Amino acid sequence: MISFSHVTKRYPEGHEALHDVSFTLGAGEMAFVTGHSGAGKTTLLKLLAAIERPTAGSVVVNGQNLGALKPRAVPFLRRNFGLVFQEHRLLFDRSAFDNVALPLQIAGYSSGDIGKRVRAALDKVGLLGHERTMPIALSGGEQQRLCIARAIVHRPAVLLADEPTGNLDADYAVSIGQLFRSFNQVGVTVVIASHDQTLRAQLAPRVITLKNGGLVS
Amino acid sequence: MKTWFTQHGRGLRAAVARFTGAPLGALFNVLVISFALALPLGFYAVLNSLQTFAGHALVDSAPQLRIYMALDADSDDIAQTDQRLGQDDNVSKVLFVSRDQALRELKQSSGLADVIDSLPQNPLPDAFIVSLREPSPAALETLRDGIQTWPHVAHVQVDSAWAQRLDALLRIGRFAVAVLATLFAAVLAAVTFNTIRLQILTQRDEIEVAKLIGATDAFIRRPLLYFGALLGLVSAGIAWLLVSGGVMLFNREFGAWTQLSGSLFRLDYPGPAAIFTLLAVAAALGWGGAWLAATRTIALLEVEYK
Repeated sequence: MISFSHVTKRYPEGHEALHDVSFTLGAGEMAFVTGHSGAGKTTLLKLLAAIERPTAGSVVVNGQNLGALKPRAVPFLRRNFGLVFQEHRLLFDRSAFDNVALPLQIAGYSSGDIGKRVRAALDKVGLLGHERTMPIALSGGEQQRLCIARAIVHRPAVLLADEPTGNLDADYAVSIGQLFRSFNQVGVTVVIASHDQTLRAQLAPRVITLKNGGLVS
Repeated sequence: MKTWFTQHGRGLRAAVARFTGAPLGALFNVLVISFALALPLGFYAVLNSLQTFAGHALVDSAPQLRIYMALDADSDDIAQTDQRLGQDDNVSKVLFVSRDQALRELKQSSGLADVIDSLPQNPLPDAFIVSLREPSPAALETLRDGIQTWPHVAHVQVDSAWAQRLDALLRIGRFAVAVLATLFAAVLAAVTFNTIRLQILTQRDEIEVAKLIGATDAFIRRPLLYFGALLGLVSAGIAWLLVSGGVMLFNREFGAWTQLSGSLFRLDYPGPAAIFTLLAVAAALGWGGAWLAATRTIALLEVEYK
């Protein structure tokens, strides 16, 4: 499903974020990418979502070599992913419903389908009563769950999460962990970049540890 | 195909929502553009009306040539000239006014009988008044230049010189309208370009998130293009209303006066062809300006992943 082989990423200013990283993830696996700040966790996720391109080595997702991807093909690759951001990155000028509907509008679903799927996704994260609520009126934990609803509404094959519990209380973090587990149980490949040890203990996933851009285990 | 309609429907709806969502900002943009469009359209309307007026005037005043013979021309010369005029296909009527007849008429009409009587000899020449079948300015000119070279002809005068001058002025006017229209078309495109660029910058978050979750550039561009086209279309509509209002006011204020003075000069409303061209060109320019802004600015907005 996902394979990194000898991947090195050097940023234009010379900083080497990843160095000779190789690993393979099967479909339906759950992986935890951990390491201290600046170890290269975020860079690894960016390479996966074709936001950055590797300097050397190859990243293959679903049989596609992302380094050789034409710019026109990038949007279609990204539709295979659900992205959960630490900062949520919700759009504050529209309701919870419209935030979650965005990936479906982008993919060109009909309005009827969008209604059904958005409600199902909101139900899944426990926000069904908040369809018309504006994101600003939601708590931090609710905003994070809304972000998750947006990430899974189009039923992606891979869920990528960057520090999903970074700003949350412990109780909220546990419920978020349970959500990730339930998606993994229905076959979604889940990759979480985090140094939250509680979350790690809760999910007991495969662990990929980075240190100074290199793979430790 | 269905998806295509869905996507375009959404693009259009998003554009309309953006338009009605910020009515004040949209209003000012629309005003700027509609004034820019109303100027050339108004000028065009005035010009068109003048042209119609000039056309009528040319027919009504039936332009004629006056041929003045030289003072030493004798009756043979006059007969010869009369014959030559009769041979021209374009000449419909020839009226001969002898110098004695002309002097009599002058005496009667001018009230200068004493002065004229005191003249040692008749200063007036013999003259022909020639009417043409096809009184176009070009035909008049050709004929005048031809007759000018005949023997014993002193001077040929075209009656409708003022109509010709008007025709020349109209030609200058049409050129001015074309220049004006080009300039204001550029204004339209520039205003749309800037509006869309600002819109993209305020929507930066939305565009970045949309790109991250798989939006193509076309998806992001679509509502912006519709917005540009809408801006042009609405502005063109308002420009049309402005010009129609101006024409109505002019005709009400000056229509009576021109009737009193015996002329029937009225402004015409811009015709359907002009209106259609205006709407289509304005929409296309709005679309084009938006396309330029969107393509340039979206490319500059690199996805920043946090």
